[in-house]
Amino acid sequence: MLLGPALGVSAVLFVLGVAGVLLRRNAIVIFMCVELMLNAVNLTFVALAQQLGPEGQVIVFFVMAVAAAEAAVGLAIILAVYRHRESVNLQDINLLRG
Amino acid sequence: MPPLIALVWLVVALPLAGFVINGLLAFVRPQAKAVVSVVGVGVLVAAFLVAVGVVRALAASHAEEGFVVTLWQWMAVGGLHVDVAFQVDHLSAVMLLVVTGVSAVIHLFSVGYMREDPGYARYFAYLNLFVFFMLVLVLGASFPIMFIGWEGVGLCSYLLIGFWYQDKEKADAGKKAFIMNRIGDFGFLVAMFMIFKATGTLAFDEVFREASRVFAVGGPTITAITLFLFLGCTGKSAQIPLYTWLPDAMAGPTPVSALIHAATMVTAGVYLVARTNLLFALAPLSSLVVAAVGALTAIWAASIALKQWDIKKVLAYSTVSQLGFMFIGVGVGAMAAGIFHLVTHAFFKALLFLGSGSVIHVMHHAYHATHRHDDAQDMRNMGGLGRWMPWTAALMWIATLAIAGIPGFSGFFSKDEILASAFAHGGPGLLVLFYVIWGLGTLAALMTAFYMTRMMLYTFHGPNRTGDAERGHLHEAPWVMTGPLVVLAVGAALGGLLNLPEVLPGNGWLHRWLEPVTLAGDVYRTEAHLAAGAEWGLLGLATLIAVAGIAVAWRALRPEELQPAAGAVPETGLQKWLLKKWYVDEIYDRAIVRPLVWLSNRILWKGVDDGAIDSVGVNGSARLARGFGAIGSWLQTGQVSTYVFFFVVGVLLLLRAVTRT
Amino acid sequence: MHTAIFWVLSVVAVGSALLCITRRSPMASLLWLVLTMFMLAGLFTLLDAYFIGVVQVVVYAGAIMVLFLFVVQLLNLGRAGPSDLKGWFGRAVAFLLAAGIGVQLWALVRAVRGPGGFQSQTAAFVLPEGSVARLATERQALGVVAEPLLRQYLVPFEIASVVLLAAIVGAVVLAKRKI
Repeated sequence: MLLGPALGVSAVLFVLGVAGVLLRRNAIVIFMCVELMLNAVNLTFVALAQQLGPEGQVIVFFVMAVAAAEAAVGLAIILAVYRHRESVNLQDINLLRG
Repeated sequence: MPPLIALVWLVVALPLAGFVINGLLAFVRPQAKAVVSVVGVGVLVAAFLVAVGVVRALAASHAEEGFVVTLWQWMAVGGLHVDVAFQVDHLSAVMLLVVTGVSAVIHLFSVGYMREDPGYARYFAYLNLFVFFMLVLVLGASFPIMFIGWEGVGLCSYLLIGFWYQDKEKADAGKKAFIMNRIGDFGFLVAMFMIFKATGTLAFDEVFREASRVFAVGGPTITAITLFLFLGCTGKSAQIPLYTWLPDAMAGPTPVSALIHAATMVTAGVYLVARTNLLFALAPLSSLVVAAVGALTAIWAASIALKQWDIKKVLAYSTVSQLGFMFIGVGVGAMAAGIFHLVTHAFFKALLFLGSGSVIHVMHHAYHATHRHDDAQDMRNMGGLGRWMPWTAALMWIATLAIAGIPGFSGFFSKDEILASAFAHGGPGLLVLFYVIWGLGTLAALMTAFYMTRMMLYTFHGPNRTGDAERGHLHEAPWVMTGPLVVLAVGAALGGLLNLPEVLPGNGWLHRWLEPVTLAGDVYRTEAHLAAGAEWGLLGLATLIAVAGIAVAWRALRPEELQPAAGAVPETGLQKWLLKKWYVDEIYDRAIVRPLVWLSNRILWKGVDDGAIDSVGVNGSARLARGFGAIGSWLQTGQVSTYVFFFVVGVLLLLRAVTRT
Repeated sequence: MHTAIFWVLSVVAVGSALLCITRRSPMASLLWLVLTMFMLAGLFTLLDAYFIGVVQVVVYAGAIMVLFLFVVQLLNLGRAGPSDLKGWFGRAVAFLLAAGIGVQLWALVRAVRGPGGFQSQTAAFVLPEGSVARLATERQALGVVAEPLLRQYLVPFEIASVVLLAAIVGAVVLAKRKI
């Protein structure tokens, strides 16, 4: 019943997440936008779970677990990079240039 | 097939074996001159004896068409079938004997002439190789086999002309010969291609069987084929326009000039026309061209010979001129006359060259002894040598009388037959050209008598100009060199018996011997007969001309007024033009060689090779690769944002793909 | 009633997401994202995913976002510095690409739900209206997720815990000053 609009909201949130990733230079903010995208996907799964069964919710469970793990590791990396470069601006992190 | 005829391969293999042995010796033990001499001369003498056996077997078998001895199959590709095969028939029999016989004699002469040369073994190796190729040429039963010989003798000619290659001039002479020959070879090749396309085969007997069926008489195809073949002949036999290499070829050792550039290689063109006489009979226009070019060359070269000072150059231009005579013969359809002159010319021209070789040899010794560096070949430095070299002088006089055309000697009969044949074809209208050809030939004969007498006069008679210190060192040449001259002199004197004119008894033996070869073509040739009266008249005229030429030269030229070459006054006017060979070499250089060099240098090298292939092709593709690499590296910004951008683009495309399906 | 709540929650979620991606201060972005997550939790609950809604608040908003908060505070990035948004070219590119993705997603949804789309083909799989809600009543909220999780998806469940362990170890190692 709410499936259509729910999918639409999810799509909008996802698009906003993509825009955010492309727009920002701050590594942490970009990461947050990635989390936003993940949440949008979660919403899609939950909306579809209403129609197709509780497996959708199980998937969301896993997504959240992995997102947590990923957030921890990613932030640790950002911390390590900050220690070297004194900056989280992505433009300054370009040692792989060439 | 008589067993001896099957052994014809031995004639070819013997000189090849000589080449291998002498070649190895040249590398390993060049000082082993005795072994080299024995091997080098021995294989030739053996080859001559086997050749005699083969020819006798052929004559005894009474097989008019001859035999084809197939050794092995060379190529069978699609429609092309070429075997390594030798054709033993009446024409190749004549050539076989001439080549092996004269070569054997000249090899013997070389033993004495090249005695002190450090490249002795190499010389004999090359000379043996040459004879091998020449035999392949005359014995080949198909165009490709003959072409192998054709190319091979060109190669050996190059190797032998430039024998003393450390001298740049001599090396250049070798190059010139080879390159000019190549131009002719192009003609031969094109003719071969056309023959194969028209008849589907390249073996002589098969081509001649098909020829009358496939080619229209006087048609464009056969005319083109024969003209291309003749182009090959002008290159190999030094006719206009490709004759200028032969005088330069005198840079090689004199026996080489005798063998290759007088008796054998240069006659290959005449042999080719004789062998393919059916094709030339089917193309009357080409035959006329052959005769006309022959006549022009004869008189052109004779005019140049009138004023040359180098003894070998006189003989070289004489050879070009006499080859012109041979082509007149085969051009008007008198194959036997052309071949007859080929045989007699081999005798007296080889004799003349070897004799001049003896003279040069002795002059060298004299100058060497007194440490002077004058030109040993310039006639102005000679004079009165008959006093010290009576045998050489006498033998060379025999050859001179022969070439001048004094009755009784071989040259008289052969030259007369050619000119008589030309005259016989004459008539009203277009046939008047034959009279013109006859006239040019007769004029050239007059000049021949004149310049040969001049040569003999300046060399062997009159006062000696060599120098007082040298005079004591002048002597007769050793027997190993004079002996071969005797053999050749016998041939020069008595060779006329081979083919006496019709008005004399015992006539036309060679003509009859060669009839099986010319039979097929005779159908298309116009029969030309001279009345007995006309024939006697021409004989008389020829005698008159010969005698007149000699007499005028003897009376008009004053050897005592000559100065030695070093202090000579340079020529002026017409004499200068003759001495400078009508500036033909210079004209060729300006008109052909320089533009070609310019083309090769600026356009083909700098333009195409450097510019297009190197810069655009090789370097260009490298630059292109580097450019792509630069683009690729431009993508590696190291910025995460760039990578994310491409990431998202990829996702976008993926989504598109999913929604589409 | 449901619809109204849905729309309110959605609008606020989208609005705060928009604000999240445009604030200059990372701290502000973070807080707006937290709000988005709360709204999403509400949406989950509305869609009969009660357990997931709670977990969203507890784990996502409560743990992950707190983690972000810690890092932001640690690196002292809270203040609004010079804007770290890209220039006009970057904005144009971002807008275009995002719009492109949006269009594609809309097309995808239409392909699924439109006439002749997948949905009609997978009609057999569609459960009757409100079946998940009934499940939640039967098994209690937790049971909806727990039952498949500990029955069919036990192995992935265990693997997920290993992943979390790896993440812990990795995070500790990466963030240490001296290894």
